[in-house]
Amino acid sequence: MIEAENVHYSYPSKVEALKGVSITIKDGEFVAIMGQNGAGKSTFVKHFNGLLKPTVGSVKIDGVETTKSSVAALARNVGFVFQNPDHQLFSETVEEEIAFALKNFGLEPEIIEKRIDWALNLLSLTQYRKTSPFLLSGGERKRVALASVLAWDPKTLILDEPTIGQDHEQKEKLRQFIMQLQTQKKTVVIVTHDVEFVAECNPRVVLMKEGKIVADGEGKEILTDPATLELSSIVLPQIAQVFAKLSDLGLPKDIIDIYEAKAILLKEAWRRGK
Amino acid sequence: MSVFDGLKFRKVISPIHNLDPRMKFIYVIAIFVAAIVFFQIIPLLFLFVMQIPFVLLARVQKQWLRSLRGAAFLAVVIFSVNIATTFFTKGYTLPPEDIERAVSMTLRFVVLVESFSVFFLTTSPDHLGLALENSRVPYEFAFAFTTAVRFVPVLAEEAQTIMDAQKARGLELEKGGLLKRIRNYIPVLIPLIVSAIRRSLELAEAMESRAWGATKKRSNLYALKLHRGDYGLLAIIVGILAVTVYIYFFVPIPTIVSLL
Repeated sequence: MIEAENVHYSYPSKVEALKGVSITIKDGEFVAIMGQNGAGKSTFVKHFNGLLKPTVGSVKIDGVETTKSSVAALARNVGFVFQNPDHQLFSETVEEEIAFALKNFGLEPEIIEKRIDWALNLLSLTQYRKTSPFLLSGGERKRVALASVLAWDPKTLILDEPTIGQDHEQKEKLRQFIMQLQTQKKTVVIVTHDVEFVAECNPRVVLMKEGKIVADGEGKEILTDPATLELSSIVLPQIAQVFAKLSDLGLPKDIIDIYEAKAILLKEAWRRGK
Repeated sequence: MSVFDGLKFRKVISPIHNLDPRMKFIYVIAIFVAAIVFFQIIPLLFLFVMQIPFVLLARVQKQWLRSLRGAAFLAVVIFSVNIATTFFTKGYTLPPEDIERAVSMTLRFVVLVESFSVFFLTTSPDHLGLALENSRVPYEFAFAFTTAVRFVPVLAEEAQTIMDAQKARGLELEKGGLLKRIRNYIPVLIPLIVSAIRRSLELAEAMESRAWGATKKRSNLYALKLHRGDYGLLAIIVGILAVTVYIYFFVPIPTIVSLL
């Protein structure tokens, strides 16, 4: 469980990035944090594994204050995948890259071996086991970075802009993968701009603006509310746009799921046809 | 990163920032020469104090103090090495003149750092590049220099992100003995170097696609011109050099020890 209370954070340059943010994320929840560039999203989630400590306020992970714990100790339970995989890949082989964190946490060699097999298989990277991560494509490097964090099986996973630079197929795989983590009762927090991706996943959505939370609720509610989205300069997902334009037909407006949309439109067409 | 912060240019409007970079550079050289010529405390102290009005006029006192703080470690090293060498070569004694000499050596270093700091704090990389170009340095070199200067803060920021990413994977930079601590930085250095190389290749491609090096003779958007302030600075430079030469040849400088 992540509990943030009235978190303020100022960078050494005196820029106040967070101005009193409070949130509670329960175990097993799936949360998307959205907002403009510079809204404080990344700054906020860096508090969840202690990379940043609040200037004012408190962040508790499973009841423990982050100020009373090291990043390494917190990271054991909170995995954080950075936006750019090139900021963390350094090993000669993919296998060693994945082993890095496991060695840091002091796992036994046999367990490390098993975890590497598991993570490689999970992200379909087994064929690249002995390849240098620098020779892989952008999407593959991103998967190696993800595998290197998942390998220690953290309870909570934070993904910073996971869909940037990914083609549709990879995004779909990522979505299925997050759903799979959900069935294992893992907590997943994503930071993203990708409104279509969020619409497909339909998680709890938290909107941020200028260091504050401006909206927090179900994806279906927030992503179909133009007034709220406008606060953060986010446009409606395409399906919601279609239903917003069709509002004078008396159709519901809070639709972001493509199957639901299809069902409603077919029913309407059939009714009119008669 | 505090040392870099002390050299990082920030846009401020002040009479010092508006001075011609070439003239400012000659001023730094003049201070440099004077600081090398004298090895007594009194003139060095004078050189040190003389630059404070420039710092105040340019309103960069905060960053300037930071650069001095960054230089403090080296200053301590210089002082200790001077003291240690006299101590061991003069048969385990420490005459007061030698302590004074160690102090003035340190002060000389501080004066050099001080003047370079003022120069870099008040001169934009663009002006610096222009000055180099006007001094007949080939454009390729001038460009490489200004680009390098400009990328220092970018790299510093990137290093911070990489450190965060590796800490999130359980890396503890402060753990272990000296050798282990140095090895702890490998996961930070490799991504940093790789991304710097990648960035430079991208920059090269972007520049070539904007016709970099297409003509031998380039024109500039801004041209450097000497203004009234620059001639004022020139007068100060000539003054410093004249006084330096005069004192050096004709005025015996007392040491602090002899005054006591």
